[in-house]
Amino acid sequence: MSRYTAVTESDRSAMLEAIGVGSLDELFAEIPVELRRERPLELPDGLGEAEVFAHLRELAARNRSADDEISFLGGGFYDHYVPAVIDMLLERSEFLTPYTPYQPEVSQGGLQAMFEFQTAICELTGMDVSNASVYDGPSALAAAGYLAKLTNGRPRFVISRAVAPQARETLRTLSAGFGTTVTEVGLRDGATDLAAWTEAIDDEVGAAFVALPGYLGTVEDLQPLVDAARAHGALVVCSADPIALGILEPPGSYGVDVCVGEGQALGNRLDFGGPSFGFFAARAEHLRRMPGRIAGETRDLDGRRGFVLTLQTREQHIRREKATSNICTAQALNALAGVVYLSWLGRAGLCELAELIARRTAYARERLCEIEGVHAIGGGPVVREFAVSLGLPDRDSVRRVVLRCAGERVCPGHPLGRDVPEHPDGLLVAITERRSREEIDLLADVLGRALLAERASSAAAGGGGS
Amino acid sequence: MSVAPPVGAEEVRTIFERGAPGRRAFVAPALDVPERPLDELIPARLRRREPARLPEVSEPELVRHYVRLSRRNFDLDSGFYPLGSCTMKHNPRLHERVAALPGHARLHPLTDPARAQGALELMWRLERALAEIAGLPAVSLQPSAGSHGELAGILLTRAYHAARGEPRRTVLTPDTAHGTNPATVSMGGYQVVHLGTDARGGVDLDDLRAKADRDVACLMLTNPNTLGLFDRNIAEIVRIVHDVGATAYYDGANLNATLGISRPGDAGFDIVHFNLHKTFTQPHGGGGPGSGPIAVSAALEPYLPHPVLVRRGGAAGNGSSAEFDLDYDRPLSIGRLRGFQGNYGCFVRAYAYLCSLGAAGLRDASETAVLNANYLLARLRELGVTELLPPAYERLCMHEFVLSGAPAKRELGVRTLDIAKRLLDHGYHPPTVYFPLLVEEALLVEPTETETRETLDEFAQALAEILREAREDPEIARGAPYTTPVRRLDEAGAARRPVLRQGL
Repeated sequence: MSRYTAVTESDRSAMLEAIGVGSLDELFAEIPVELRRERPLELPDGLGEAEVFAHLRELAARNRSADDEISFLGGGFYDHYVPAVIDMLLERSEFLTPYTPYQPEVSQGGLQAMFEFQTAICELTGMDVSNASVYDGPSALAAAGYLAKLTNGRPRFVISRAVAPQARETLRTLSAGFGTTVTEVGLRDGATDLAAWTEAIDDEVGAAFVALPGYLGTVEDLQPLVDAARAHGALVVCSADPIALGILEPPGSYGVDVCVGEGQALGNRLDFGGPSFGFFAARAEHLRRMPGRIAGETRDLDGRRGFVLTLQTREQHIRREKATSNICTAQALNALAGVVYLSWLGRAGLCELAELIARRTAYARERLCEIEGVHAIGGGPVVREFAVSLGLPDRDSVRRVVLRCAGERVCPGHPLGRDVPEHPDGLLVAITERRSREEIDLLADVLGRALLAERASSAAAGGGGS
Repeated sequence: MSVAPPVGAEEVRTIFERGAPGRRAFVAPALDVPERPLDELIPARLRRREPARLPEVSEPELVRHYVRLSRRNFDLDSGFYPLGSCTMKHNPRLHERVAALPGHARLHPLTDPARAQGALELMWRLERALAEIAGLPAVSLQPSAGSHGELAGILLTRAYHAARGEPRRTVLTPDTAHGTNPATVSMGGYQVVHLGTDARGGVDLDDLRAKADRDVACLMLTNPNTLGLFDRNIAEIVRIVHDVGATAYYDGANLNATLGISRPGDAGFDIVHFNLHKTFTQPHGGGGPGSGPIAVSAALEPYLPHPVLVRRGGAAGNGSSAEFDLDYDRPLSIGRLRGFQGNYGCFVRAYAYLCSLGAAGLRDASETAVLNANYLLARLRELGVTELLPPAYERLCMHEFVLSGAPAKRELGVRTLDIAKRLLDHGYHPPTVYFPLLVEEALLVEPTETETRETLDEFAQALAEILREAREDPEIARGAPYTTPVRRLDEAGAARRPVLRQGL
């Protein structure tokens, strides 16, 4: 008996007797002897609650979290303030511990929250319909690829390199199963190369993928990209940042078919990358090919308003191999955080938040570009994130500069070199409402000094820094 | 039951129907940088013309709305939840506490690995423990749920056959499989070939032998299967599949029956997925988050999703002296399946659970889960419930069992759905219904190890009472539930005329 089970010795004998067997072992008689394990698993012994807590706290203490330093990391996950009401609501047993709402009569809370979430996502993205969440942003983008495959069956996808590298990679991974090839179109001055984009799209392209803003922070005019793709009958999928949509014209206005994105910024923790949620919204004509759960409004026998999971004939448990997706468990609790967060911000609040961030981001970009050797990658408008070139020779020198800043408790951003090899000395810098002007000034100061020190030490070592 | 009576007589309102223009819960920090006209920052044509019509509510309104909503949910913390195949075991609150520690919850995924050593060590320890439980050498924590793990496994299979120059076309799945299996097969670009079930509830070996050919890429099998039965031919099944060069995939949805008792790797399986939100008690959140790590054999290890977590002896080649690192240089990898490293918050909880239980506790959990299931079935027999709801197979079960409601439907005119709905009035979440598909009017019952004997007794009594009542007046069950926030809902109407968002 462990602390989570309740069968005492006397319970056990009574229960075995009721079953009509003499021992626990007999219950496992169906397992062939050669597959039954006699030795215990080679795992540590169990610990008491206080010991487990101490061990997990010790592991936590060996991480440098966003509480330990001033962090300018972004790249899809952002250090926004998560209001206390979200912690309080998500800890409620009634939201935390149910399974997927298979019995709607006792799941009205979760189902209504899904319905509200879908409404908020439609409003944010300018799309007609939304599902109740998928795993995360990158997997949402790949799921849109499957929708395109089911819709038009064409053999090729085209994706702008403005889309986050991890989302592009995820699409590529899943496309091996779809039997679809993926063509990437590069950037010019931070925005999708329109000539190359137009060249890449033909009647064999099933879907074309764009981003708002791009991974390097740049906001580009989506209309020419969308028009070029639609002229060939390709579906257009836009990956969007939900906070930036507080200030940017939503993808729906450009006529995209599907809008997906990463939802972490909406009231979810950083959590070293998950769980968060992905959102998936589309034009009404794609409704019956959408993946995942969708809540719908209806009435009960007495005429009372209620909510159910609906259009389930799309789903794996009904349609099996003909389903629009294999997804079952998604991210309901994280999506709940998302809709509570959007309600907490409210109509005016989201705009104010996005405007504040946009102003601070513009300020930060100017401040960093005043540092000798640093210049912006792409000159276009930005909302919450921007990329700079540090004027360093390689990735290792960027990493040394970042670690030097970390010594002063500033994490200056994400080195781009691995994911965006065309910018080996690039740094992606993200701003949230938590990063004050004072902190941005400190970043400029610390980064400036770290770059000086790096150049001095590489000059001393006879290195080739420019 | 936690479900509150309907909130007054008031009509249900959504958050969009509350509040008033100008109300808010959020106040933005003061502007501390020069206030430049927005036109200078972002051209007007790219800016939003109309704000998103989000709710306008105060914080008290917001809290009251969602607390009231929560009271319209049934939840595991307040009631028995024997939902078959979902392993609704107790979710220790310790796990929420440790997952919320800032060192875990506030760690950015792009933090340099040298500065996230605690997180990477936790993931390493979890990987090693899962490898030991599966009996397979390599693990990827990246997949976000069971079905995502399945997709990883099928894409690994595809890469494995492609590397050997043997593209194949089909995947075998038993007719008892979860719907995720065939759906995954399609997403992975293969055709589904169904396998029949024999009289004892296992894979029909003759059917398997007839269908196993060189076109088969993989067999996907759940064991114990969705009938709650361990397939005693498992080693022979794997042998047949391996003889044609296919991979053997073990859907770990039902792993809660066999922890420390039998390992899929020892039976020869090449790929196993875990559901951390089932077997390892990550709370399910009303439909996620989950986490679906996979364990694989040495032959499939090169194809695992990247980045791969590595432990380095001494200094690493990249100038890092960190012990744990993320390796992106994996030329044969299928690539990523999602962003970053997976659902780390779920890893923290699952790892805490493993620390609490240890080897002996895991085995005890499975033994008790199987004991509880068989005991509940015995109680149902004793009370005569099985006369109208007989088990689909007269055998000892593993951690769950399937009843058929066919006799109750025939003799009382009460369907499985009616029984499930009447259980709601008794304060229970019903079992999984109408699955597996090959059992008529199925009820799939999984009590889990964390329930007391008294709860099982009471649940058995409730089922007996529902059948007794139905004999006298079947209309009662047909009209159930009566005590829930709403009664039966018009699902057909919802699908026919979909209302999927609030009109504004």
